[in-house]
This record gives sequence, C-alpha cells and structure tokens, in this order.
Amino acid sequence: MAQLTYRDAVARGIAQELERDERVVFLGEDVGSAGGVFKSTTGLFDRFGPRRVRDTPISEQAILGAAMGAAMTGMRPIAEIMFSDFLAVCWDIVANEIAKTRYMSGGQLTLPLVIRTANGGGLRFGAQHSQAVENWAMAVPGLKVVAPSTPRDVVGLLAAAVRDPDPVVFFEAKGLYPVKGEVPDGEIVDTLGTAEIRRQGGDCTIVALAAMVPRAIEAAGTLAGLGIEATVIDVRSLVPLDTRTILASTAATGRLFTVEENPRLCGWGAEVASIAAEEVWSELTGPIVRITTPHVPLPSADALEDHARPSAALIAETVRKSLGGARA
Amino acid sequence: MPTPTELGLPAAPAFANRVDDDVAVGLYRSMLRMRRFEKRAYDLFLQNLVKGTSHLSLGQEAIAAAFGEAMRDDDWTFATYRGHAHTLARGVAMAPVMAELLGRSTGLLSGKGGSMHLTSAEHHMMGSYAIVGAHLTVANGAAWSAQLRGTGQVAVCFFGDGTTNIGAFHEALNLAATWRLPVVFVCENNLWMEYTPIGSVTAVPRPAADRAGGYGLDPVLVDGNDVLAMYDAACRALARARSGAGPTLVEAVTYRHGGHSRADPAKYREDTEVRPWIARDPVDLYRAHLAGDGVSESALKEVDDEVAGELDAATEAAKAAPAPDLGLVERDVWADGGASWRN
Repeated sequence: MAQLTYRDAVARGIAQELERDERVVFLGEDVGSAGGVFKSTTGLFDRFGPRRVRDTPISEQAILGAAMGAAMTGMRPIAEIMFSDFLAVCWDIVANEIAKTRYMSGGQLTLPLVIRTANGGGLRFGAQHSQAVENWAMAVPGLKVVAPSTPRDVVGLLAAAVRDPDPVVFFEAKGLYPVKGEVPDGEIVDTLGTAEIRRQGGDCTIVALAAMVPRAIEAAGTLAGLGIEATVIDVRSLVPLDTRTILASTAATGRLFTVEENPRLCGWGAEVASIAAEEVWSELTGPIVRITTPHVPLPSADALEDHARPSAALIAETVRKSLGGARA
Repeated sequence: MPTPTELGLPAAPAFANRVDDDVAVGLYRSMLRMRRFEKRAYDLFLQNLVKGTSHLSLGQEAIAAAFGEAMRDDDWTFATYRGHAHTLARGVAMAPVMAELLGRSTGLLSGKGGSMHLTSAEHHMMGSYAIVGAHLTVANGAAWSAQLRGTGQVAVCFFGDGTTNIGAFHEALNLAATWRLPVVFVCENNLWMEYTPIGSVTAVPRPAADRAGGYGLDPVLVDGNDVLAMYDAACRALARARSGAGPTLVEAVTYRHGGHSRADPAKYREDTEVRPWIARDPVDLYRAHLAGDGVSESALKEVDDEVAGELDAATEAAKAAPAPDLGLVERDVWADGGASWRN
C-alpha cells in the first residue's frame, strides 16, 4: 500500500496499462518528455519511449482523430486533452465521430479509446481553463463518462476505461491532483458503472462526483455534529450510471441531494433527480435538492471562484436547512 | 469559372499511361459500376424510394476507381458523404449499398447510416464521414496504427475541394507530415464548394496542391478525369507511403455532372461551363480509348452486361426487402450490442 497523489496515480494508471498491453499508446500535448503540464504523466516517456508515449502539436482535432483511427484499426489509445474546456475545440471528433461511428456503421466499427482530460476549477485559472463539463459528455449517446475522486480510483477506473471496448471520456479533477490517498500495490482494475458508498447514514443521501466527493464527505462530518447522519455516494461513472445504488439509498433515507460542480442547467444531477422522482417518489419524505455551481462561467479571483463552486459549508448548510424544513 | 484548358487540362483525357490489360479493363468495370449505380440511385430518388439526401459522384468516377484498383486489399478507405463510388471501388456489392439507400433491412448498415455513412469494415472501407474535414484526422489514426504495427498498410482519404479551407485539414496534414504517416490525402477538386466556386473563397488557385508546400510536401496535380493518370498517381502515392517516406497530398481536378446533393439542380452553373466537362466524361471516353487500344467490343460488352445484371438484381432485391426491425433503434450504441446507460 502506497500513499500516492491523485497526480501520481494518473501516471501509475497509464503505466499499468502500457505495461500490460502492447496495443495501448498514449498521445497528447506536452505529455511526453515534458511529463504533462500538470506533471501527471512524468516518467512515462523515459520508461516507454516515443513510440508509445507521443507528443503532439496543439491540434486537438488531430489528436482525437488519430486516437479514433488507431482505435478502429486495433490499437487502444489514451489521448489527453490538456484542459476539458478544450474539448470544445474538438467536439466534432468527440460528439459526431467517436460517439456515433459504431452506431452509424451498424456495429461494424469498434472504438476502444480513452480521452483523459483535466476538468473543473480550484486553480484560479478563469473561465476558459476551469469549467466542469462532464455534463457535456453525458449528453452525447455513445460516450461513457467517468470521473474519479480518489487516487485509487484514478488507477482502477482508468484501467477499466482502457480495457472497455467503447470510447470513454475520463475527467480528472484538476483541483485534486495534489491530494494524497492510499493506493494498493499491484494491478488495480475497477468496474465502470459502479458507484461507491463513502459514508453511511440514515437521514439523507448526498450524491457527489469527483472534486465534490471530498467536500460532501466533509459536509457529512459537519452534519453528524448536528445530529444528522448522511450517506455519501461517489457516483464515479455517469455513463453507465449506477442508479441501483443511488435509488436504494434514496429510498432508505427518503431524501436526495446532488452535489455538482457543473453549472446549474442540465447538470448531471438533474438526470439523477428525475430518475429518483420517477422511480422512488413514494419513498421520498421531502424535495430532491440540487447543489451546483450557479449558471455562470467560472470567475478567476480566489474569493469569487470559491464562492461559485459548491463548498463543504454550502453543502452542509443546504442539507441542514432542507432537512429542518422537512421535519418542521 | 476557369475552363478545362485554362486549368491546364487537355480537352479530352490523354490516357497516356500504360497499364496491364486486366487493370485496364478492371478500371472500366469499376467506373461503370459507379456510373450505372448512381444513375439508378438518382432514378430511385425521383420515384421517392430513396429518402433523405444523397451526393453523387457522377463525372468523378476515375478517382475512386483508380485508387480502388491500386490499393492493397488491406489498405483503408476513408470517404466523405459523397461516398457511393468509394464504397463500390473497394469491391462492396451493389445490393447492400442500394438497400441502404432505400432504408431496408438488408442495407449495408442495416438502415442506420444511409447514403452519407457507407461503411464496410470487411472491405477496409472505414466509413463515409459527413462532417467536412474530420475524417482526415481519423485516416491519420489508421495510418499511425499501421506504422506502429509495421503492417505496410496505407490509409487513403478522399475529400472535396471545400475541405481544404477547414481547420481539421490543416491539423491533419501537419500531423501526417510530422509523423511521416503512411496516408494518402486525395482532394477531389470538382471546382464547386457546394454552391460556391472554390476559387472565390480560397486564397490560392489550386486549393490542395498550393497548400502542399506548407507541410513540406510536393504538389501533385492530376487530371481527375483520366483514370490512367489517376492510377499512376495512386500507385506512386501508395508506394511512397509504404516505403516510409510519409504522406502525399493529391489534387485531382474533376467536375461533378450534377448538383451538390439531391436537393440541388445546379442552376448556378452556365451551360457553357458544363458542356466542356461533359465532353471530358471519364467513363465514356475511357471506353472509347480501350476500344481503340485493342480491347474487343465483345469484351467491353461483357463488362457492360455484367454491371447491368448486378445493378438490376440489386435494385429488385432492395425494393423487395422489408424495412429494418424497429428493435435496431436501440442496438449497437455499445460494443455489447446494446444501448443501456444505467443499471
């Protein structure tokens, strides 16, 4: 068992798959000899060489097109898009080409590839380098969408994504890169579409993703001090979505809260809320509440950015007020 | 709009290159399959048996036929929404292609792709892509895969003149040249970007050839109506790619006999512009060339009859086939065959 940062777990996860399968190749801007702008791919170039760890020009369409063409002809590429905001530059390749080609071809072509990207805020980079865009990907049929919250899950879910026969967009929470966590020794392979219960409590269910998970856990600690016991579910995978775990917990506690870093409108929590409203309505004892970034581009100044993104304090306060209201 | 002469082309294709007899006749058969197939497809549009849109290659057949004949069986084709000819060129039978155009269960894609997305993986026809420029980047990926695995395969990517002005074209050319990928980019310059003359929206007179130098490549300009010149250009580009010397950007100058798509009667073109191009017809003139070159009329007639037979059978089979099973709507989003996104 090692203590690894989320950042180092990325390199370990990629290395595990490069080591295991000759078909796995890795490409992106500055990912090779520079080790990545977030230093999350340090050492891979020296260990695996330029044939398998490939630096590219600033050409996001060419990067993802290369990954797609390689995937449909027998390779298992991992492509990095440096910041998830840049997915907008190559969204045609993501949403029109990669996502649709299997379906349009009547199942003839298979695209086993992973698009890794640094997502979300926390680094005071401003609106074009800080968005949480997991809901963009979730809205496109044909894409699997994964977002780990711990170093262990970075390794395990990345392995699952690489080994999956379908295209996976893998959102790394850039604000979590320096955070350490325990990572078991040896090969780690997880399963896509499985949520994890991070904390058990009978009073409410808080569902969170990626950078919002540690905040939800912290909020649950605060709430426990007030006599409110929360279950915290780490969604981990938006597509496929582990509705079974979410609905079972929601039915047991009667209250559902979602914590989303994405801007308000059409965030992933809206889909979760709609499913819960349809399927466990009779078990609910109060309204479903979404806690999100407001519907704004993310501001840069630390005070503003911190205010915009859901904090542990905001989560705790929202849950406390809502439960109090339900009981009054 | 420049005339063929002003573009430096002879009034009729020169047919100056020599090829083996079986190749010579094979090129004719391939072009004739495209020509007859698309004329029939057009008739079926008029009968409202083909829905949606469709983009014909009438007049441009020499390019697809030449590459189809020159490519190795395991080389890959990447085509655009104007992809009927490129699909047939890889040896795909007419019947499933026609059925796909008619939206029938026996279609090449079971009715899920239609005219603009023809794909036949078993023929290494890796798709027809309907977003301009995107597939150049995808062809690079296949070429990269061949390079990594040392298979000697080449990816050949066809696109129109309008594509040379979109960003993906330039990203793809730069990456292919930098990585020395075994890929051939073939610009079918039919002089019209949809409804607009390409020359009026492009900074250079030769939309592809004049851009080659920007990527360290030599300009390659070919008479796209001369199937023998195209075959020669294809062989050179494929050999260069296989040798490890990297990509080639070919500009094949041609003309589409019809409009951009089914919806376009092409009234923006003057008769005086169209006439010299109809007179440069790549199929009819090549047949005449073969006859003059010693191929017997009976041998040519045999090809004509064979193609007519395949086409009639394909048409009747497509008309008789049922609509696709409605269950297909939620099939094949994922590799497990399904469309499920939750448990």
